[in-house]
Amino acid sequence: MDLSVRIGSLTLTNPLVAASGCFGYGVEYADLVDLSSLGAIVTKGLFLEAREGHRAPRIVETPAGMLNAIGLQGIGARRFVEDKLPELRTRGATVIVNVCGTTIDEYAEVSRILSDAEGVAAIELNISCPNIKEGGIQFGCSLDGTFDVVSAVRKVTRLPIMPKLTPNVTDVASFARASEQAGADAVSLVNTFLAMVIDVETRRPKIANGLGGLSGPAIRPIAVRMVHECYEAVKIPVVGMGGIMNARDALEFMIAGAAAVQIGTANFVDPLIWTKLTDGIRDYMQRHQFTRVTELVGTVQTGPVESPTGA
Amino acid sequence: MPFDVAADVMANTRLSADYNVLALSAPAIAAAATPGQFVMVKAASGDDPLLRRPFSVFEVLRDAAGAPAGLSLLNKRIGPSTELLYRAQPGDTVACFGPLGRPFTVADRSAQAWMVAGGVGLAPFATLADALGARSVSTTLFYGARSRAELFYLDFFRRLGVELVLTTEDGSLGERGRIIAPLDRRLAAHAPHAPLMVYACGPEGMLAACAKTAARYGRPCEVSVERIMGCGMGGCYSCVVPMRNDRGSFHHVRSCIAGPVLPADQILWE
Repeated sequence: MDLSVRIGSLTLTNPLVAASGCFGYGVEYADLVDLSSLGAIVTKGLFLEAREGHRAPRIVETPAGMLNAIGLQGIGARRFVEDKLPELRTRGATVIVNVCGTTIDEYAEVSRILSDAEGVAAIELNISCPNIKEGGIQFGCSLDGTFDVVSAVRKVTRLPIMPKLTPNVTDVASFARASEQAGADAVSLVNTFLAMVIDVETRRPKIANGLGGLSGPAIRPIAVRMVHECYEAVKIPVVGMGGIMNARDALEFMIAGAAAVQIGTANFVDPLIWTKLTDGIRDYMQRHQFTRVTELVGTVQTGPVESPTGA
Repeated sequence: MPFDVAADVMANTRLSADYNVLALSAPAIAAAATPGQFVMVKAASGDDPLLRRPFSVFEVLRDAAGAPAGLSLLNKRIGPSTELLYRAQPGDTVACFGPLGRPFTVADRSAQAWMVAGGVGLAPFATLADALGARSVSTTLFYGARSRAELFYLDFFRRLGVELVLTTEDGSLGERGRIIAPLDRRLAAHAPHAPLMVYACGPEGMLAACAKTAARYGRPCEVSVERIMGCGMGGCYSCVVPMRNDRGSFHHVRSCIAGPVLPADQILWE
């Protein structure tokens, strides 16, 4: 049974990837989880310099989901290369770095630093964080901005580039197309949905930043739809995410068109989820007689739905 | 190294209309836990409530032979997750992951230990009192709550030889008022050269006042902070606490891995 998948020139041993912002720098989990058993890990977003992020409270739970506004707290690209990357290499992790910027030059500079470092497998471009004032989503909500960031990074690196798209747009597929035209090797989606939770007793937002990004199973059907739209629109691989809690959910994204999937919120609930997901996918492949997991990608049948009763 | 256990509920003891002690069968976690550490707990089986909640290990429960058999949680129902833990019955299972976090520094017998608890902030002090007792450290519990009905486990601490200083906001037991008042008086009266370690857990305002009071008398103080926590592993960066750095500014540390026990004088209290 072959679980390997390809993201541009990068081959992952399986399609299960830890989502950015949900797995620290990976090293936090190194004693608990065999990092080499994951398809890849995507690090917490990195700017050129360290950032402290927003005040707490930074998260609040919502029906079957959660809202977060962390504010991209991070140690900066150079310290990541010095302090975290060596251990990740020792542990055999496939490392995708989530790259942030407040300017196009910053995206390019961070990408260049990471390209020069040993042990980075790919770059995920964070053009979709809803929680910071400058950078990120301002590029991800503009087709020109998306094209310009991807083009600029394309010029400075040979690593596979994967812009992470925001769902907070009318037509996400057009952003996948702009990414493809600018030379991206893949796209990943969805980042979180901009949202708000208010404490009615105090009439104040429940997280310090006011607004935050919604994730978790509550958003999954919307994310599956958006992944499918992008799959139909571009030839490059689509990496899907949004509320995957188990193997069934991961399979749903792959059937919708995802070449690989990212796990975020579910890792908080169950840090030992990875082997359960792998076992569930293997079990499904056996029952449905697939030998390669890639055979599943985009196999959704979108014709008329047959009634289960045959009526 | 934490363990993930589908823990059977051994007992649920209601302490009041809001508080209960939930005993969970989790020998591996109980054997590894040290005072001040916590577990991430989820009573629901589905996606709603979704996330686990952090709880101090309240007691380490032992079998007839003295081996760790489980742990208990001191729970106060304030929302859907704590409601489920309040209603859990023997036969139910609760997902329990731990032990996690940095524990208290247990004083040695040359020092006195003063534990300062507010409300449900009593939770980490049963195991700490045990560990202090095992080292024959002279220990005092300053314990404040709204009323007599919310001061729990007093006999438990008395049996361990812990001196009790109690306050209630309504004056129904102990001194009327907040717990910082007797703490301040005792600190003022304590011989300056006699070693002393202060530990605190409770509402943020109480922790800040305790930190300030201990600092005024030059006493080391460790606080166990409570933050809204997503993962307990350092993965999500939700539970941060601003700590002073040497550049006159602050740094956000993740209380799940740098804490929950933190040196009070380094926290930037708001």
